Amino acid sequence: MSSTARLDEKVYTAVQQAIQRHGREREGLIPILSEVNRALGYLSPEALSEISRQMRVPKSQVFSVASFYRMLSTKPRGRHVIQFCESAPCHVVGGREVWQALQDELGLQSGETSADGRWTLVTTSCLGVCAVGPVVIVDNDIYGNVNRAQLPQILARYE
Amino acid sequence: MQATRALVLVSSDCESMERGAQLVYERLQQEIRAAGLQDEVVVSLLGDVGRHDALPMVIVYPEAVIYGPVRPDDVPFLVEEHLLKGRIAAGLQASTRELSGRIAWLSARQGTLPAERRIVLERAGLIDPEDIEDYILHDGYEALGKALTTMTPAQVIDEISRSGLRGRGGAGFPTGTKWRFVASAKGNHKYVICNADESEPGTFKDRLVLEGDPHSIVEAMAIAGYAVGANEGYVYVRGEYGLALERLSRAIDQARQMGFLGRGIFGSDFDFDIHIHVGAGAYICGEETALIESIEGKRGEPRSRPPYPTTHGLWGKPTLVNNVETLANVPPIIRNGAAWYRQFGTKSSPGTKVYTILGAVNVTGLIEVPMGITLREVIAIYGKGMRNGAAFKLAQTGGSSGSIIPASLQDTPMDFDSYARAGVSLGSGALLICDEDTCVVDLAKVLLNFFRVESCGKCTPCRIGTQRAHQILSTVAEGTAEMDDLKHLLALADGMADYSNCGLGQTAAVPIRDIMKHFRAEVEAHISLRLCPTGVCPMSGRQVMAA
Ligand SMILES: Cc1cc2nc3c(=O)[nH]c(=O)nc-3n(C[C@H](O)[C@H](O)[C@H](O)COP(=O)(O)O)c2cc1C
Ligand code: SF4
Ligand code: FES
Ligand code: FES
Repeated sequence: MSSTARLDEKVYTAVQQAIQRHGREREGLIPILSEVNRALGYLSPEALSEISRQMRVPKSQVFSVASFYRMLSTKPRGRHVIQFCESAPCHVVGGREVWQALQDELGLQSGETSADGRWTLVTTSCLGVCAVGPVVIVDNDIYGNVNRAQLPQILARYE
Repeated sequence: MQATRALVLVSSDCESMERGAQLVYERLQQEIRAAGLQDEVVVSLLGDVGRHDALPMVIVYPEAVIYGPVRPDDVPFLVEEHLLKGRIAAGLQASTRELSGRIAWLSARQGTLPAERRIVLERAGLIDPEDIEDYILHDGYEALGKALTTMTPAQVIDEISRSGLRGRGGAGFPTGTKWRFVASAKGNHKYVICNADESEPGTFKDRLVLEGDPHSIVEAMAIAGYAVGANEGYVYVRGEYGLALERLSRAIDQARQMGFLGRGIFGSDFDFDIHIHVGAGAYICGEETALIESIEGKRGEPRSRPPYPTTHGLWGKPTLVNNVETLANVPPIIRNGAAWYRQFGTKSSPGTKVYTILGAVNVTGLIEVPMGITLREVIAIYGKGMRNGAAFKLAQTGGSSGSIIPASLQDTPMDFDSYARAGVSLGSGALLICDEDTCVVDLAKVLLNFFRVESCGKCTPCRIGTQRAHQILSTVAEGTAEMDDLKHLLALADGMADYSNCGLGQTAAVPIRDIMKHFRAEVEAHISLRLCPTGVCPMSGRQVMAA
């Protein structure tokens, strides 16, 4: 098949494996998108096209679903993704100040990726760990009771 | 930081005052000081307690003992016996007959304080959540066995109806009634869905149930399936809840191996199995019709209703959607009966409620308490008082879909009906406690930002309304708004409340209306004085204008 021959091997395998696990029914679309997103770091246009082709779901619908959910990304991200919780429980216990300090420290605003590809900074709604707010999450590590003074130490742990 | 050991409340309605409540209050303070207890015991005045036969009344927490009528001369004995020696002051207790009005619920609590009463979290933290045998040893799957072997589906539904259980997902809809709707809906293919998308800011009770006691949800869903005539269930788990997902998956596998899921459960002819659907990050998918769309592999946009999921749900089939906490109440009710369940909580809202306490209190975390407890008690007893001894200003309940509870409502029993009568709501069980350092404009701005970000964009009143409202609140916080903007803000709130397609847009109006109702002067100061009374708002526009 010429179209798969040109396709990045990694993308093809990721899509193939996800579809094998979750099936070709429409019900499987979101689990498949999640799995491919995890495998590749984000959902590239090629990955979305390949999912559309293999599942026989129109491209427009695959894109539309992929862009709806926060945990799916249609843009490449930095090596490390920093999520900052901006919901009220974290906000009122000092989150407001920490958010300002975090943006200053990184020189980034919400949704931006640093030029060196090290960081992507995003805000998020409550992650259910508010008993220890303010909360900063780097990749899969959760930091609670964060204050501005701790930020440099936390960030230094990530290459 | 001071740890309060006891809280003493004195009724102070007009009638109590006429009968010497002020003297009782002063005498209490004197005696408590004389006994050297002033750092451990807080004395405070309580509004109308609704019980007029025993005024003035003194209520002592954490034991929730009610004394009355109390005369100033009774006070030394009361302090000596109860606060020093730690026993009930004989002969001073109010008669327990004919408790009425706002404190009637106290009688229903029967020794449930200060310890929490655990029904939903009865096993969480006590058993190994990864071991089905541990669950079985602790009465696990007993309710399912009882239902399948000794009860008809109609009897199961009756038992749930009689228990008075109401939905814990936010709306408080009677669970038995919903089950009956699904049971009587036409069609022989039906579904049971457990809503575990928990994303209300400040809420993480469902996660703890799934992590600590996943089999209780498996068991409850099977009972629900039997009752409504469904053979398939789905759990919609929030995408970020990794550990909960892992434990639930394992629980389902174990239940299949032991024959609690699958064909012919307990030798009956009832088949039931459960699938898991993992969310991909979207608050709106907690709304039941958006959740159903999402399981079907689509964008999570709420459907227009009616028809309701009870008749047209997943793939157009009759579908029961219940919250995790609601379901966790089901096995204990079936095991112990509706009458047992009704001894907890209040008449119209039986049972317990799991809350998360957050914000400006000394202790934050998760509690399970009988319905009908008050905010004052939650703060004093479970939150161990306000942080740094600060004054309580307001609480925000139920995540962003709850409401703003001003301090004046802190003695209103927290149950569905009492709160509804007071014009506020319990929401999903988050209690964000705020002190005088919280600015209501700033708070409303953060809440509206949440709605703005999480709006699915399907309908205009919500998509545009939340944006505009957030913008206006931002100008108020910057000190550049005009008085007329508040009128626009309230009109936007009306538009969102009346014309939005789903609960998100409708409740986005709540914080706006609440701050204008309870804290109007503080909001207006941002405009008329260009001043944020708490000093939180940036007021950056002020310098620009002065320049
Ligand atoms: C915007 C919005 C978000 C919601 N989020 C949740 C949620 O995270 N969890 C939940 O159980 N119910 C949520 N609900 C309520 C559900 O639509 C539904 O009423 C509930 O799951 C029914 O279960 P219950 O009767 O057991 O409470 C939400 C509703 C709205 C309007
Ligand atoms: S009210 Fe808001 S969240 Fe609900 S359907 Fe409309 S746009 Fe979507
Ligand atoms: S509000 Fe920040 S984690 Fe819940
Ligand atoms: S931040 Fe507004 S009164 Fe303050």
